[in-house]
Amino acid sequence: MPAKNFVVSALKEKALHFRKEILEVLHAAGSGHPGGSLSAVEIFISLYFYKLNYRASDPHWEDRDRVIVSKGHCTPVVYVTLAEAGFFPREELKTFRKFGSRLQGHVHHKVPGVEFNTGSLGHGLSVANGIALGARILDKKFKIYCILGDGELQEGSIWEAAMSAAHHKLQSVCAIVDNNQIQENGLLREIKNVEPLAEKWRSFGWHAIEVDGHDFNQLKKALDEFDSVQGKPTVIIAHTIKGKGISFMELKAGWHGKAPNKEQLENALAELGGKASWT
Amino acid sequence: MDMKPTRDGFGEELVAIGKENEKVMVFSGDLEDATRAEFFKHAFPQRFFNMGIAEQDMVGTAVGMSLMGFIPVACSFAVFLTNRAYDMLRLDVCYNEANVKIVCSHTGLTVGEDGASAQCLEDFALMRVLPNMKVVCPVDYIEAKKATRAIVQQEGPLYLRTSRAPFPILTRTEDPFIIGKANLMRKGKDVAIIACGLMVYEALQAADILKSMEIDAQVLNLHTIKPIDEAAICEAAQKAGAIVTAEEHQLFGGLGSAVAEVLGRLCPAPLEMVAVQDSFGESGSPQELLKAYHLKDLDIVAAVKKVLKRKAGGT
Repeated sequence: MPAKNFVVSALKEKALHFRKEILEVLHAAGSGHPGGSLSAVEIFISLYFYKLNYRASDPHWEDRDRVIVSKGHCTPVVYVTLAEAGFFPREELKTFRKFGSRLQGHVHHKVPGVEFNTGSLGHGLSVANGIALGARILDKKFKIYCILGDGELQEGSIWEAAMSAAHHKLQSVCAIVDNNQIQENGLLREIKNVEPLAEKWRSFGWHAIEVDGHDFNQLKKALDEFDSVQGKPTVIIAHTIKGKGISFMELKAGWHGKAPNKEQLENALAELGGKASWT
Repeated sequence: MDMKPTRDGFGEELVAIGKENEKVMVFSGDLEDATRAEFFKHAFPQRFFNMGIAEQDMVGTAVGMSLMGFIPVACSFAVFLTNRAYDMLRLDVCYNEANVKIVCSHTGLTVGEDGASAQCLEDFALMRVLPNMKVVCPVDYIEAKKATRAIVQQEGPLYLRTSRAPFPILTRTEDPFIIGKANLMRKGKDVAIIACGLMVYEALQAADILKSMEIDAQVLNLHTIKPIDEAAICEAAQKAGAIVTAEEHQLFGGLGSAVAEVLGRLCPAPLEMVAVQDSFGESGSPQELLKAYHLKDLDIVAAVKKVLKRKAGGT
């Protein structure tokens, strides 16, 4: 079970550490996705170290809250989170993207704590809905969180799923949009604008909450608000910055899917105040 | 001869299975009237989900429900499910090894008057290339019932092809049906015709015609395209020495291709393939279309004559 005490200074410390680890893991792998991992650090920390019910030693505990990572390329933040939460040894992070490793380039359920394989965008929300429908039949009370990218919202299947969740009144579903503004080749608003997001989701019958996705207090408040929403699904639109925390990565499309080299890693770690302790 | 669509066999048996197994849930892309999933809807409205005209969402939702221990059966026309929702079938169903059953009606040219857009001629190719997916095409109404039961009983992803048009009933309730095991429909020593679905009937008709020419044709019902019955195919190839395949599907990638892969790897023999020749269909009655696209008994006879020449020539 996660620690339920919500101490912002401790969470901020964790976020700093996560960013260092994410960059080190990516550098060791030689490839991967920094931008959308760095943008989602506070989201994942708020879930796994404040909100979620889970048992790291029993990943298939039937009453656990479910997390479907629909933006399946953000494996660095997912794996760093799961290692920190105790699902697997931190040492294993060094095998990320290596042949024979459980830590596949995109999330895979052979990693303890990962529910579902993704990597093609636009898949996770329907799966989350299906879990919620099944849970309703079985009278299970757990929650289902689905982590979406903003670029992913260009996929039509997301809106099919958005209609389904509202139609079936899936109040146990909480979609969290990592609204980091950048997709592989540039700004969403220049390539294919998905805004206005809150209005879109509301018009689809969802309860929409907008937060600063790097502000733990706002994330906590939104996650708690979701618990009290009745008769409709909830979306938390987390306004974030792709590549958050590293000056030369922030809002740069080139850092969607590229690992830092040695010099870039050193520069990034210097900005964050030094190496992560695990290496 | 009694005629009934295989989709009816599916729809009726699904209700029987639903009574026995409360884990079975049915998903529809608003075509349950046509796929016959509506029989289940009427029997178990609480376990039936019409996901609207949204096949991608239907597959993903079915997969999510399978993660809760249910056995979802997702149904639509084959073009909409196997084609449009392909990425979901690949990633959500097959890559995740989800215990989801995909059942599609409206396959082959016998869809008829709706024309090419609705006539799925590529489902075998699309489904059999996916790791973890199994592919079944019953020969008639009775076999469709057995196949429906078999796919629900077997863990993991399975694809079941049913059809809109009534097919002649060729099997009996007591006949065996095992996924992956071909059924011998007629013995013969000169040539083996390997077919599935409606084309087994055409093959039997062809065998009658061939008999009058003193050609003794074996007919094999290859109701499972994957996993393919290598032993039965090789036995046919070795005993008859020549093979003709027949299917209501494109030439490329279907049953004929699957048989060719077995022959090429394990037991080479001359092969002719009766299939749609890399074209779309069109509107018309099933019989008009089967004739126009060369999927009739006489087309199989012509293919047999061709393959026997090659057999005699030692190629």
